[in-house]
Amino acid sequence: MIGWTREAMAARAARELRDGHYVNLGIGIPTSVANYIDPAIDVTLQSENGILGLGAFPTEAEVDADVINAGKQTITELDRTSYVSSADSFGMIRGGHIHLSILGAMEVSQHGDLANWMVPGQMVKGPGGAMDLVAGVRRIIVLMDHVDKKGAPKFRARCTLPLTGANVVDMIITTHALFERPDRKSRFALKECAPGVTPADIRAMTEADYED
Amino acid sequence: MVQKIYCDAPAALDGLLHDGMTIAAGGFGLCGIPETLIDAIEASGVTGITAMSNNAGVDDFGLGKLLRTRQIARMIASYVGENKEFERQYLAGELDVEFCPQGTLAERMRAGGAGIPGFYTRTGVGTLLAQGKEVREFNGEPYVLETGLVADLAIVKAWKADPYGNLVFRKSARNFNPMAATCGRVTVAEVEHLVEAGDLEPDQIHTPGVFVQRVILATRNEKRIERRTIREEAA
Repeated sequence: MIGWTREAMAARAARELRDGHYVNLGIGIPTSVANYIDPAIDVTLQSENGILGLGAFPTEAEVDADVINAGKQTITELDRTSYVSSADSFGMIRGGHIHLSILGAMEVSQHGDLANWMVPGQMVKGPGGAMDLVAGVRRIIVLMDHVDKKGAPKFRARCTLPLTGANVVDMIITTHALFERPDRKSRFALKECAPGVTPADIRAMTEADYED
Repeated sequence: MVQKIYCDAPAALDGLLHDGMTIAAGGFGLCGIPETLIDAIEASGVTGITAMSNNAGVDDFGLGKLLRTRQIARMIASYVGENKEFERQYLAGELDVEFCPQGTLAERMRAGGAGIPGFYTRTGVGTLLAQGKEVREFNGEPYVLETGLVADLAIVKAWKADPYGNLVFRKSARNFNPMAATCGRVTVAEVEHLVEAGDLEPDQIHTPGVFVQRVILATRNEKRIERRTIREEAA
């Protein structure tokens, strides 16, 4: 196996969580980051429909239709859980109170622009809370395949798809590599390669400009 | 005492519905949606509705029912991914849609209900959803102007109400309901439990009765679950 599996990507992203963090996990692979959080640190997960302190999925007996996450999945409470309205929930997000959000992406540009909400010509489902998350959360990590189904790079010089946010991404974890930048004025640098992948491989399969 | 409790949904909506009206609805996905009132609006036959709601339900449930009957002409929503009939009407140009980021939608309802006609937010700056909107810099950062929303009618679902229209929501079924309740010129609440005056703890009321003009006991509480995710019981 060359590259990281989805599980390995989620596990790597989980290593970015810190003790005391409030974190919002996007729908899909980002949700599975919760399975890899170091038990030695204390992290509170937020769901933008209005829950702070997400628990695990319920047992059959625990299912409550009034306790769902932003992916509309049934979940459970913890001893720390609080419920808020959507306005208060997005107040946490837009007010910069959430430390970290981990999201999926269709494309990221070398300037940190993110596109993950629409493809022109296809059915548009809407941005949901993604635009609010990238605009308000302090640090944004993207999990995505390194290339799309046609083999085209997803970390690009500029996004070809409509943006979710401009200059909002801080770290990119792909199936093949990890890129990071220290702040939003800096360029991305290649920090890690997945097993069996060399820096030269990454250069050949990436359109974006980045530091080695 | 002003009588806010109505005997059923048609009685509570009497005189409030007209073609071309705006309706704000609470709910996230199928959680915390006013099921009983949506059924009554469907039965009324009112058309040309502009609906303000985070989602559009699914094909046979929630606001999806009013899409199926072509009663909704325009939607202001953040995410509509679970509805085939919505998709068909939208792609055929039969339905007008204004996409709004989820937090911006919640804030637009909150602002409209609080008498605030507009506010600036960083959400959406540099995207298609900011096109044609004023952008202004604060402390060197660009923010986009969004407008408050006011609806002819707001419909919400709550867990409990007292005769004064004070509401308490339950868990994540709260979501957009408190903001929707404030932004209706008239707000009708359907509730799972009607309680006596004094039974609600004043410190625990989420939406005070000033925002709620009419209340019914919900007769439909299906509370359909979109994604039933289960963990195996530990042995």
